[in-house]
Amino acid sequence: MTTTEKIVGNTANFVDERLGAAKWVKKSLNKVFPDHWSFMFGEVCMYSFVILLLSGTFLTLWFDPSQKDVIYNGAYEPLKGLKMSAAYASTLNISFEVRGGLLMRQIHHWAANIFMAAIVAHLLRVFFTGAFRKPREFNWILGILLLTLGLVEGLFGYSLPDDLLSGTGLRITSAIIQAIPVVGTYVSFFLFGGAFPGTDFIPRIFTLHILLIPGIFLAVITIHVMLVWYQKHTQFPGVGRTETNVVGHPILPVYMAKAGGFFFVVFGITAFLGAVASINPIWLYGPYTPGQISAGSQPDWYMGWLDGLVRMAPPLETHAFGHTISWNILIPAVIVPGIIFTGMALYPFIESWITGDKREHHLLDRPRNVPNRTALGVMSVTFVMISLINGGNDIIATNFDLSINQIMWFSRIGIFILPPLAFIITKRLCLSLQRADRELLLHGAESGRLLRLPHGEFVEVHTPISPEKAFLLQSHEQLTPLEIEDVDARGVRRPGAIKNKIQRRLSKAHAVSVPKVTEQELKEIENH
Amino acid sequence: MKRLSRYRRHKSAGPLLLIFALLAIGTTFSVASAAVKESQSVSARTASIAEGQQIFLKGCSSCHGLNAEGGAVAPSLIGTGAASVDFQVGTGRMPMADMSTQAMRKAPVYNEEEVAALAVYVASLAPGPAIPEESALNYERDGNSAQGGELFRNNCAMCHNFAGQGGALSQGKYAPTLMGVEPKHIYEAMVTGPQSMPVFSDKTITPAEKLSVIKWIKAAEAEPNLGGATMGRIGPVTEGLLAWVLGLGLLIGIAVWLTTRAR
Amino acid sequence: MSNELTPIDDSVAPQHAPRATDINPVSEKRAEQQVAILFGLSGVGSVLLIYSYIFVADNVFIFIPIMGNQNAQQLGIGIGMAMSLFFIGIAAIHWAKTLMPDKEVVNHRHEFRSSDEDRAELVQTVKEGVAGVQLGRRKLIKRSLGAAVGLFALPPVLLLRDLGPLPGKQLEMTNWKAGTRLLTDPGNRPILASDLEVGAVVQVLPAVDHEDERPLSDIAKDPVLLIRLRPQDFQLTPEKFAMTHEGIIAFSKICSHMGCAVALYEQQTKHLLCPCHQSTFDVTRGAKVIFGPAARPLPQLDITVDAEGYLVSRAPFNEAVGPSFWERNSQ
Repeated sequence: MTTTEKIVGNTANFVDERLGAAKWVKKSLNKVFPDHWSFMFGEVCMYSFVILLLSGTFLTLWFDPSQKDVIYNGAYEPLKGLKMSAAYASTLNISFEVRGGLLMRQIHHWAANIFMAAIVAHLLRVFFTGAFRKPREFNWILGILLLTLGLVEGLFGYSLPDDLLSGTGLRITSAIIQAIPVVGTYVSFFLFGGAFPGTDFIPRIFTLHILLIPGIFLAVITIHVMLVWYQKHTQFPGVGRTETNVVGHPILPVYMAKAGGFFFVVFGITAFLGAVASINPIWLYGPYTPGQISAGSQPDWYMGWLDGLVRMAPPLETHAFGHTISWNILIPAVIVPGIIFTGMALYPFIESWITGDKREHHLLDRPRNVPNRTALGVMSVTFVMISLINGGNDIIATNFDLSINQIMWFSRIGIFILPPLAFIITKRLCLSLQRADRELLLHGAESGRLLRLPHGEFVEVHTPISPEKAFLLQSHEQLTPLEIEDVDARGVRRPGAIKNKIQRRLSKAHAVSVPKVTEQELKEIENH
Repeated sequence: MKRLSRYRRHKSAGPLLLIFALLAIGTTFSVASAAVKESQSVSARTASIAEGQQIFLKGCSSCHGLNAEGGAVAPSLIGTGAASVDFQVGTGRMPMADMSTQAMRKAPVYNEEEVAALAVYVASLAPGPAIPEESALNYERDGNSAQGGELFRNNCAMCHNFAGQGGALSQGKYAPTLMGVEPKHIYEAMVTGPQSMPVFSDKTITPAEKLSVIKWIKAAEAEPNLGGATMGRIGPVTEGLLAWVLGLGLLIGIAVWLTTRAR
Repeated sequence: MSNELTPIDDSVAPQHAPRATDINPVSEKRAEQQVAILFGLSGVGSVLLIYSYIFVADNVFIFIPIMGNQNAQQLGIGIGMAMSLFFIGIAAIHWAKTLMPDKEVVNHRHEFRSSDEDRAELVQTVKEGVAGVQLGRRKLIKRSLGAAVGLFALPPVLLLRDLGPLPGKQLEMTNWKAGTRLLTDPGNRPILASDLEVGAVVQVLPAVDHEDERPLSDIAKDPVLLIRLRPQDFQLTPEKFAMTHEGIIAFSKICSHMGCAVALYEQQTKHLLCPCHQSTFDVTRGAKVIFGPAARPLPQLDITVDAEGYLVSRAPFNEAVGPSFWERNSQ
């Protein structure tokens, strides 16, 4: 036995005698994770979270979460002698007097942006491949929760330095809270410790931002990842892959090396952005005062779509019986996002209700094979893109010589017209792709070579596709609409007639697809 | 020549010839147009009202009227003072080249003497804001950049953006960038309120305060980007774009490389 | 059984072609050297970080193409950190891809649904446990338990009551009273009507006791924008016209939509534009909303001049300034 083996052996013995861990560790080290680049978005999220924890802890060592007034006497000349909050002054201190401070601030903010971008990319991947289906619906809901928490955490994070841009964002936030009927003013006064902006808000969101919300994140991320561990990761269809197995590389050594390496890559790229790309230059924004504003004030991109919705809202308010209800704020900032996030969270159940499919699914869908779901996803992305564009309408107008009024009208009308249009186009595209797959399977790929037959006819030579590809092209299930009888064998009407009608209609729309190639057709082709 | 003709069927011969032709035409044009411009300059040494009127009648009266009384497409210049002429013509905004949403800064058509002559002429029509003296523009000595920053954020940032990069107004109008503008012109703009910009009277923002604003603008302009490249000092919109395109893009690239088999 | 490693069935799929590093010792050696170089680059990064942190002064700027002048210390620490992290990752991944075993293996999935016996046993256990509680029989306990838990829920909510004061009338009050002088912001200087030319704009705050120590909560409501037009430019009702003075009109600077500072005054069109959500207000018609999501015009301040000719407010605002709220009585 070598020395290393001896040491490892003794350690293992020590642990096993106390925890009985040998069986579990052996099982875990043999666990297999399928390999596809789109499966790495979730990893990017997780690693970005770790980077946020590390860089954030660094920042807390110098940040002063207080709104007390101080006179700035630090290194940055253009702000010398000005009155500002201690939070802002300490952020300037981190940026200019702590070595590596500005770098860490920037790494923290870039990591937050990448974290949210990866969450969105991960969500889209899971959605378009149908990985949210049974048994993973609960994990999907946890994911939506993480997305929502991320939005709030990011908002609080960039508001901590108390600069002009983020302070304006807080003003907007307080206006949204204030607009809530009946309780709005009370909730706003309680959260801010009085009238806006007060002196309590920054310290309070500091506690939320570094303690409570990260704590919730840790717990939810742990459950989220443990569920993936326990239920095993989904995989794309292919040769050797079935609903009852997982194919991939084992954890030790390949997956550990690749996943561990990827953590360092994510950290390295985030650090690179922090080094070369300026983000949130608070010294240029100036300290927050409600009497000032900058042209081109936007929140970070993951809140930008909400800002876009608020901008395009019609100027509706109800004034009645001495009270005011601001529909122009409630609809875009509370009601529409509420509907969207609730709809997203419940989608797995909505889809299983439409399809009537109650089975477990571990093989992923190719998006083209589920045209309805794919079209719905593209439609939602279109909606968010239009809101996002409108959120930056003044930046776009300044840089591309356009008019904000025109962009606003484009968004107001486009938000109703373009998503359904995107739905129709995407569904048609999916069906075309299915037809192309069918052609490929039956006739092979077009090789571009022409052949002249003895009797004079020109034909294009088709090369047959590989057996792996052929397997892939017919491995999906044929979508079938739900069969619900209105009346059963004894002539008794089924209760919930309208619900069933809707279900049947939706199910039929969902099942629109090109018929799969049958055994018969394949045989006929062979004999051709 | 024989050496060169060996390559006439080379695959990059076409693109190279195209680039060469474009360069040739471009340089010829710019040389020729510069030559034309030379001959048009007036060799006036001192500005006089008469000279100013001459230039005005030739280049400005078609829109502003023969007596600068204004017309359907241009406002009256009576009472606008020498400062507004020095600003508008000195920054090249006037003569307005295309009648779109607003006059934009471009290469001035008239040289310094002509601008001075025009200014003297317009000033003679009625009293108005005067061009500030050199001695009154010593912002380094007389200005306070911290105070200037506060004034800027209070009065200017809402149109011109926190770093003076410019911003959108309604109906396609815009507040232009303040980068690369002469201190004299910044001062004159504050005093005369050109186009959509309001007037900032000397009683409400004193001349010393105006110098502080200029000092802050110049300091912001000279300040290097302290955290790295900024993509325009515009704010979170460009930052978000970079996070998606560069950040996520690079990561996807690495992920694809990571999951493909080595050959 | 479920986590036994089994190689993929050869008959179902062709085995992957071996990698160059599996069969060619020269390739293998080269891959090893590449991994070593990558780890070396990471080391270079760490050294760069340490050097920049200790030896590079924080006021040194170097020129980088495209990026312009950059702070050398910040760039050195940052690039050093990035390199040291990135190349460890790349080295590990390259090592895994080229030299670690390439075989894919299969785990089997088990059905999640528990067996019927397990389910039956669970039902039995729960039934027995619940029967032990006997809540159905013990009505007195049930009722008193309900009352205790119900009451217990109240204190946690109550303990948060002192988070903030009740709003009261705070949202409707500003520091503008009858006879309050308008002072420039910044500067706190009083203003004569003659100080403003036609087309001029001034940011003002009310005169208060300690002008240098205005709390931000006051600045969230007090700012007013003074604009001078020619009296004939206005299209106002007689009441609103009476609130102006010689063509000078005063509006709350706090947007009636969501509270941003509205000060973007377009001199030629006489429109006020709020940069947050692009609400546009027509000054000549009393800040009436002509575009954008704002639903109410900006509140107008009644102004006049005092005995010494300085501009003062004649009365407080006749409505609450800033964003709407439930209790707002908006006529």
